Amino acid sequence: MSTAQSLPALAADFPAPQIAYSALSPMVAVFGAALIGVLVEAFAPRRARAGLQLAVALLGLLGGLLAVGLLAGTREVTAVGAVAVDGPALFVQGTVLALGVAAMLLLAERSLESGGGAIVAQAATVPGSADERALVGTDHLQTEVFPLAMLAIGGMLLFPASNDLLLMFVALEVLSLPLYLMCGLARRRRLLSQEAAVKYFLLGAFSSAFFLYGLALLYGYAGTVSLPGIAAATQVTASNDGLLYTGLGLLTVGLLFKISAVPFHSWTPDVYQGAPTPVTALMATGTKVAAFGALLRVYYVAFGAIRWDWRPLLWVIAIATMAVGALLAITQRDVKRMLAYSSVAHAGFILTGVVAATRAGLAGSLFYLLAYGFTTLAAFGILTLVRDADGEATDLSSWAGLGRRSPMVAGAFAILLLALAGIPLTSGFTGKFAVFSAAADAGAAGLVVVAVVCSAIAAFFYVRVIVLMFFNEPAADGPTVAIPGAFTSAALALGVAVTVVLGVFPSPLLKLADQAALFIR
Amino acid sequence: MSPAYYLYLSAILFTVGAAGFLLRRNAVVVFMCVELMLNAVNLTLVTFARINGTLDGQIIAFFVMVVAAAEVVVGLAIIVTIFRTRQSASVDDVNLLKY
Repeated sequence: MSTAQSLPALAADFPAPQIAYSALSPMVAVFGAALIGVLVEAFAPRRARAGLQLAVALLGLLGGLLAVGLLAGTREVTAVGAVAVDGPALFVQGTVLALGVAAMLLLAERSLESGGGAIVAQAATVPGSADERALVGTDHLQTEVFPLAMLAIGGMLLFPASNDLLLMFVALEVLSLPLYLMCGLARRRRLLSQEAAVKYFLLGAFSSAFFLYGLALLYGYAGTVSLPGIAAATQVTASNDGLLYTGLGLLTVGLLFKISAVPFHSWTPDVYQGAPTPVTALMATGTKVAAFGALLRVYYVAFGAIRWDWRPLLWVIAIATMAVGALLAITQRDVKRMLAYSSVAHAGFILTGVVAATRAGLAGSLFYLLAYGFTTLAAFGILTLVRDADGEATDLSSWAGLGRRSPMVAGAFAILLLALAGIPLTSGFTGKFAVFSAAADAGAAGLVVVAVVCSAIAAFFYVRVIVLMFFNEPAADGPTVAIPGAFTSAALALGVAVTVVLGVFPSPLLKLADQAALFIR
Repeated sequence: MSPAYYLYLSAILFTVGAAGFLLRRNAVVVFMCVELMLNAVNLTLVTFARINGTLDGQIIAFFVMVVAAAEVVVGLAIIVTIFRTRQSASVDDVNLLKY
């Protein structure tokens, strides 16, 4: 550092960064809509807010989706090497945006509760207080949830596209912080909801500290935090392996927390159960898809050269995740909690695609993420419909005989459960086949055997719910199935349609995933 | 003085923070332990910036501070909300969701 230089000379040393805004347009659209949402919150009259917020959010998401479509085929590193816009990033961004549209529709549904949707009228009121009772039956709504959701979705778009660890950390926080708040905004059962927010926040902050320490050690190892820079260092440097492996391990803790892999899964059932169901739908799909996108980029781009070192670790984690998720889901008496453990098990199944460390593994993981995302989102959407006097009736026993009373909703839920179980002619089967065959080709046959056994165990609890719904007598005081409003119907129709179409006719999307499956290095 | 001592110190601070996170019961103190972990990371980053002779580590430390500040805003909001509901900030009292 020479301090003798004059200011103009310094300015010449630091040229303005080149930022290709066209390549960043999906993120610009979503973050722009989020900021407009904040302004709407500040200036629009209360009555107009909910409608305006939804319109702004949907415009932003659809604009982002359009931008992703226009960018298809782009391979570009921009913003001084910090953002990589390539096939996997765009595929994950498109998936997150489409899931975001559906989740936003679920959030905006207000016909299911008198006065408002799943979101609290005024989050600052103490549960059970006179202030809260005064708001019952009014059409108040904490409309801040829409800009918060948009900021979270924006972070989810940036996370898989980050080409350096610092940006990845910032994106991780941008997607997490709004979600912590959104978890605490349920209209019913607010104690559970606030508890979910506290647990998610404390554990999330803890895990991101590990991610950050991993980043610092890798910076010490490679002298840079850019993923290609770390990859180059792993190929030339033979010393300081301790820093590399400790850093990689700590970084992995932060990423595995976000995809809720065992042993970092314990927050998942609590938070998924306590959060408002539309928010759970967004967390279980968008966050997981984005975090897998980031995990794939870290492992394939930065640590591709040392894959023989991390593959055994991910083997063990994949097996533990599948087994624990599937076995604990069997013991659950609550449908929402069961779906949470099912999402843990699915994280394990997708990890088998990551372990493959080949192009086919990447393509299979991308396809699986999209298929899993739509199926899970629609499954959580159906949970919002089955209600009793206390709100959503998620107790498993109260779902008995639901197929006799509302065959449409129970039939749709059965299709989604069969897809999650991986039965042929649904998207779940195609996705499982894609990741398992990729893992087997890459020499992980043992892992595939375990994965198939775990799929069979998982099929048991999915089928149990179907049997319960169709072959049991309905309870006399059982829950009723609400008529879904237009928004929920649209989201559910999208989820079920994608599930069926990708099962019957998967080849166009498989081909697209295969074309997309090449990271820019 | 060798810069490696700062790395040892930051590792110790990080461990103290992690241990405090697992052992303390008050949500605010638990959260302070996370902040201690983040500051330990900052010390690591600055030390590596010195060892490597690049500025990146010092710049990253600024980003970490900004993110930590944002996290405080969200975290204290959540902790205050649950304190108002339960008149307690103990993490042992948030036990309705389990199994």
